[in-house]
Amino acid sequence: MIPASFDYLAASSAAEAIALLAEHGDDAKLLAGGHSLLPMMKLRLATPEVLIDIGRVEELSGITTDGADLVIGATTRHAELAASALVAELAPLLAHAAAQVGDPQIRHRGTIGGSLAHADPAADLPMALVALGGSVVLRGPDGTRTVGADDFFTGYFETALEPGELLTAVRVPGAPGQAWGYQKFTRRANDWAIVGAAAAGGRIALANMGPVPVRARAAEEALAGGASPAQAAELAAEGTSPGEDIHADRAYREHLARVLTRRALDGQAG
Amino acid sequence: MQVKLTVNGEPRSADVEPRLLLVHYLREHLGLRAANVGCDTTSCGACTVLLDGQSVKSCTVLTAQAQGQHVTTAEGVGTPASMSVVQAAFRQEHGLQCGFCTPGMVMAATSLLAENPRPTETQVREGLEGNFCRCTGYHNIVRAVLAASAAMTEGGLAEGGLSGGEVSGRPAEQAGPADKAAGQ
Amino acid sequence: MSILGTRVLRTEDPRFLTTGGVYTEDVVDERLVGACHLFFVRSPIAHARITGIDVSGAQAAPGVVAVFTGADLAELPPRKGFPMMNQEMFQLPLATDTVRFVGEPVAVVVTEDPYQGEDATELVSVDYDPLPAVIGYPAALAADTLLFPAAGTNVTAEFGNPGKKQDDLFDGCEAVVTATIVNQRVAPAPMESRGAAAVWGDDGRLTAWIPNQGAQGTLGSLAGQLGVDRKLIRVITPDVGGAFGAKFGADPEVVVVAWVARQLGRPARWSETRYENLIAMTHGRAQENTITIGGRRDGTVLAYRLEILQDAGAYPRIGAILPSLTILMAPGPYAIPRAEAWAKVVVTNTTPIGAYRGAGRPEATATLERAMDLFAAEVGADPAEVRRTNLLPPFTEPHKTAFGALYDSGDYVTALDAALAAADYPALRREQAARRERGDVLQLGIGLASYVEITGGGDESGPPSENATVEVHPDGTATILTGTSPHGQGHETAWAMLASDELGIPVDKITLKWGDTDLVPEGGGTGGSRSLQQGGAAVQQASQELIEVARERAAQELEASAADLVFDVDRSAFAVAGDPDASVPLAALAREERLLVRTVFTAPGATYPFGTHVAVTEVDTETGKPFLRRLITVDDAGVVLNPLLAEGQRHGGIAQGAAQAFLEEVVYDADGNPLTASFADYPFLSATEVPSFELTDMATPTTYNPLGAKGIGEAGTIGATPAVQNSVVDAVAHLGVRHIDMPTTSQRVWAAMRAAQKEA
Repeated sequence: MIPASFDYLAASSAAEAIALLAEHGDDAKLLAGGHSLLPMMKLRLATPEVLIDIGRVEELSGITTDGADLVIGATTRHAELAASALVAELAPLLAHAAAQVGDPQIRHRGTIGGSLAHADPAADLPMALVALGGSVVLRGPDGTRTVGADDFFTGYFETALEPGELLTAVRVPGAPGQAWGYQKFTRRANDWAIVGAAAAGGRIALANMGPVPVRARAAEEALAGGASPAQAAELAAEGTSPGEDIHADRAYREHLARVLTRRALDGQAG
Repeated sequence: MQVKLTVNGEPRSADVEPRLLLVHYLREHLGLRAANVGCDTTSCGACTVLLDGQSVKSCTVLTAQAQGQHVTTAEGVGTPASMSVVQAAFRQEHGLQCGFCTPGMVMAATSLLAENPRPTETQVREGLEGNFCRCTGYHNIVRAVLAASAAMTEGGLAEGGLSGGEVSGRPAEQAGPADKAAGQ
Repeated sequence: MSILGTRVLRTEDPRFLTTGGVYTEDVVDERLVGACHLFFVRSPIAHARITGIDVSGAQAAPGVVAVFTGADLAELPPRKGFPMMNQEMFQLPLATDTVRFVGEPVAVVVTEDPYQGEDATELVSVDYDPLPAVIGYPAALAADTLLFPAAGTNVTAEFGNPGKKQDDLFDGCEAVVTATIVNQRVAPAPMESRGAAAVWGDDGRLTAWIPNQGAQGTLGSLAGQLGVDRKLIRVITPDVGGAFGAKFGADPEVVVVAWVARQLGRPARWSETRYENLIAMTHGRAQENTITIGGRRDGTVLAYRLEILQDAGAYPRIGAILPSLTILMAPGPYAIPRAEAWAKVVVTNTTPIGAYRGAGRPEATATLERAMDLFAAEVGADPAEVRRTNLLPPFTEPHKTAFGALYDSGDYVTALDAALAAADYPALRREQAARRERGDVLQLGIGLASYVEITGGGDESGPPSENATVEVHPDGTATILTGTSPHGQGHETAWAMLASDELGIPVDKITLKWGDTDLVPEGGGTGGSRSLQQGGAAVQQASQELIEVARERAAQELEASAADLVFDVDRSAFAVAGDPDASVPLAALAREERLLVRTVFTAPGATYPFGTHVAVTEVDTETGKPFLRRLITVDDAGVVLNPLLAEGQRHGGIAQGAAQAFLEEVVYDADGNPLTASFADYPFLSATEVPSFELTDMATPTTYNPLGAKGIGEAGTIGATPAVQNSVVDAVAHLGVRHIDMPTTSQRVWAAMRAAQKEA
C-alpha cells in the first residue's frame, strides 16, 4: 500500500533530468504525474531506488504548434489536453481520448508523457497516438530523435525509450475537420478498456487487442480499397492477439474489436 | 527531505520521507483526518483533496510533489458551524450515511462545480466516477451536487431541497456510460 | 404537530462533512500514545501445509518491535467450530500447520511506525507445501481432498433433508421447469476496511476500539477467544464506515491485536489495506440453487422445490447458517401450495462467507423470482400476471407459511400494482414490442421482483428485544443510551426524534450514545434491519416511561394530584389541567434527582416488509452490454419515521442489489487464487452505472411495535437483484434466451445470445 523507500530528486530542466538519469541508470525512474508509476510502486510492482521528478520542468509543458503539427509537452496533464481549444481544433480525437482517462482526479495529475512511456496497451492515449499517426520526441545524452507511434510501442508495457532517454514532447499531425471516431468498451466507466478502437484519417488503432496498441491493418486496407465501414470492420480482429481475463475471452474481444471498429468508423456518439 | 506547502491557507513545512504520501502527511502530521484511505489502487477517491484548486487523489501524490502548492481539505472549506454551499447541500439532500467517502466526495464535487458550474445529471455522475460510495447508491449525492449547483448559480440553497425537474432517472437523461465515442 | 414522519435533517452531518467522522484509524486517545502497529503476513496460497516460518529477517528490520506466529498464540483457549457447524472446522487466529484460503493470517509483524510494517512483512519467509485446492461445489462434495481431515467430510452442515424429495410434489403440474441458478459470491467492501486499537490498563482491563455492528456481541466474542472474563473488556465503537453485515463479532485479526497489546504491554493498532479487505473480510452470498417449479398453464404455481448448495468458504462462520433463512423465505410472498427446500453447506479453499446485506433472504428472493420468470416463459404468460395470480391476498392477521414464518402483515398485490403503475408497465411493454419489431440494436428489458423478507427476528435466547435509557438533564438537554449500533443509518437523529416527540426537547439538544460497553453493557447491535422496530421502539417507550416518572415529581412540585396534570409537549412542561400557569418544566424535575429511565422493549417476533421492484434495462445487442436505465420500487416497511433516512436506506440497498445483478463478483481461479482483490479488479459500483431511483411509498403498518415499523435496511437489496437480473434476461428473451447467471456481464449476455441463436 505504500512504496518501498527511495531517494527523491527534483529536476529543474530537461538537461538536468537526463544527466540524473545517466548518473543513476537502472536504479532511477522519472516521475511526472505519477499516476502510472506511483500506483505500481504502492503495490511494490516497481521499486526504483531513485525518483527524478520532472513535474516542474517548464520546457516540458505547454501545447503549441510547429507548422501543421501539434506539439504537446510531455508533462501536459490529461485535463489540460482535454480542455485545450487548440487540440480540439487540430486533433479532436486526442482531446477526446484524454477526457476518457480514468476519472477527473486522475486527469488532473496524469500526463501524456507518462501515459505513453508507461505503454499500457489498454490505455487511451497510446491507442489515440497510433490512430493519429503521431510521434514522440525522445531526448538523451546523445541527442534528440523522433519515433513514430507505430514504432514507439514495442511490447507489453515496453517502449523504444533507450535507457537514459526522456520523452520530451508528443507531435500529432494537425488535421482540422478530419472525421474521427473513438470507442472505449468498459465494464465500469473509469476502467481501462476491455477493448478500444480509434479511427482517424484511414488509420484504425485498437486497445487491449495485443501487447501494444495494434493497427487494424486489414481493415484499413479494405477501407482504402473502397469497402464500407461495416465491411472493413469485419476484418478488424485480423492480426490481433488479445488476451483473456475475467472480463472477456479471446472470441469476445475479437467480436468487440469488430463492433467497436465499425462504430468508430461510423463516428458514432454514445 | 524538507517540504514547504500551504494547507488550508496556512503555510506548513515538514521534514518527511520522500515516500510519504500526501494523504498520510495530512492525516498523521497535520491531524487533518477527514480525508480517508479507502483502497490501494487509486480507485475510490476517499482521499480526494484539492491541489491548487483541482481535485486529486492524495494517496497517489507524494508530499514532495506538493512542494510550494496549496492543498485544500474538507476541513478547509467549511466548519460544522459554517459549512460550504456544497457541504450544506450534502446535508440537505442526505448525501451521506456512514460518512467515510464524504470528505473526498465533497472535494471532488467542489472541484467539479468549479470547472462546470451547471452540470447535467449525467455530467455529475461521470464527474464522480472516481469516488466510490457504498451506502447511498449515489442518488442523493447527485441531488446534493445539483442542489449546490443551483444554489451557486441562482443564489442560495432552495429550502426543502431540489424543486421539480431535477433528477428523474428517465432513460432520456442517461447516455450509455461506457461506450465513449464521438465523431463529426 | 408531531415530528414523527417528517424529513428531519441529520444532526450528525456537520461533523462528517467538515472535520470528518472519527473512524478507528482516526481515534486519538492518550491511552493509545506510543502504540505499535500490526501488519499481517498472509497466505499467498489457497491450501497448503506450513512447513516452516523464518521471521529472523523481519525481526532485524528497522522499527520492528516483534514478530509473532501461531505458535506464540498457543496460550489462547482452544478453538471451537461455529455453532451448528461441524466442530472440527475452525480457524486459528494465526495459522499453525495448515492454511486454507489465500489471505489467511499466518504471522504478524509489529512495528513502531506504520510505514515500516509493509517493509518488514516482506521479510518474513514462510515455506508452504501445497495441497490440492478445493474450489467449487463438485470438488467439495467429491471430497477427494478434505480441508479438515479430522472432520471426514467437506460438508459442514445440512438444513432440511438434503436429497430427500417428495415424489408427488409436482403431480398435476402441466408445466414444470428446472434450472440451476447461481447467487454469486460478492464482497461487502464497506468504504472503511477493518481495523482495531487495543490497550490493557494497569487495572488489567482491555479497552478496544473496533469498527463493529454491536459492541456487546463483539465483547463476548473477544472474551471467548482471548479466554478472558467479560468484565475485563471494554469495547468502544468509533464511527464506522459501513459494515453491511461483515463487521459483527471479533475477527481473528482483532483477537491478535488484543493479544499483542497484552503481550507487549503497550497499545497496539491495526488497519487493513483494501487488498486484505477484499480477501480476508468475509464475503457474501455464494449459493448455487437448483429449482424446480411447476404449475398449470393458466399461470398458477402449484409446487416449488429449492435445493441449496452453500459455500461456507474455508472456515464456517455466520454465512454457513444463512441457508436456513433462505429456506424459511423460500415461498416468498406467494401462495404456493406445495414446497420443499433443503441446503447443504460445504467448505472450500476460499474466504469465509459471512452476512451481507440481506443475509440469506436475497438468495431466496433472487432464486424464486428467477423461477417465476422461467415459469412464466414456460407457460407463455406475462411475468406481472403470473405474480399477480400467485401472490398471497392481503392480510392483517399474521399469516403462517408452511416453512414456519409468521408474516405479520402484507398487501403484496397492491405493492405490485403500485410499482407497475409507477413504471407505466403497459407503456414499457409497448416500447419493448416496438423495438423488437424494428430489430433495434438497443433492446429493452423489463424485470420484476416481488418480495417479502424477514427483519428483526429473535434468536435462541428469546423474542427480539432492545434496551434504551433516556435521561433528561437540568439544563434542558437529554441523553439517550441505545443498544443499537449505527454505522450510517442516522440513529442519532432518528432516536432523538422519537424522544423529542415525547419529551418536547428539540432534536438538536438530544445526544445519543452507543457502542461503549461500559456505558451500554447490553444490546443487540444493528443488523437484520432490527434497529427502528426494536431500538427505536425502546427509545419511545423509555421516553414515555420517563414522562410518567416525571409526572409524579411534578405532582409533588405543583402540589397537585398526578391525575390532574397534563404534559404539554410543546412547552416540555407539566401543567395543572385548566391552569397553564401552574406549570413546571420537565428539565426542572431533574434538578434534585437524576431523571432517567431504562427500559426494554420486547417485540412479539420478526416483521415482514415487502414490495415490488421494476427494473428497466437496455441491452446493446451487438456487444451484449446491459445499461440499467430505471429502477422503480415499492418497499413497504410499515410506518416511516423519517422519510429522508428511509429513502436513503432504500437507495443504498437498491444500488447494492443492482450491483450484484449485473456488475459485481468475487472470482477465484481453479487454484483458489483471488482475481478480484483490488478496486481496480473488483467491479465496485460507481455513480455512472446506476440511474437515479424512482421510489413509490407504501406503508402497511405492523402491530408488533407502537411505531408500526418494520425494517427497511435490507429490503432494497432483496428486491433489486432479481428485478435487474430479470430485466437483462427479458431484454434478449425474444432471441431465445431463458436465463443468464449473475452478474449479467456483457460477455455473458453476448454468449447467451449466441447460444440461443445456435439452438434456433
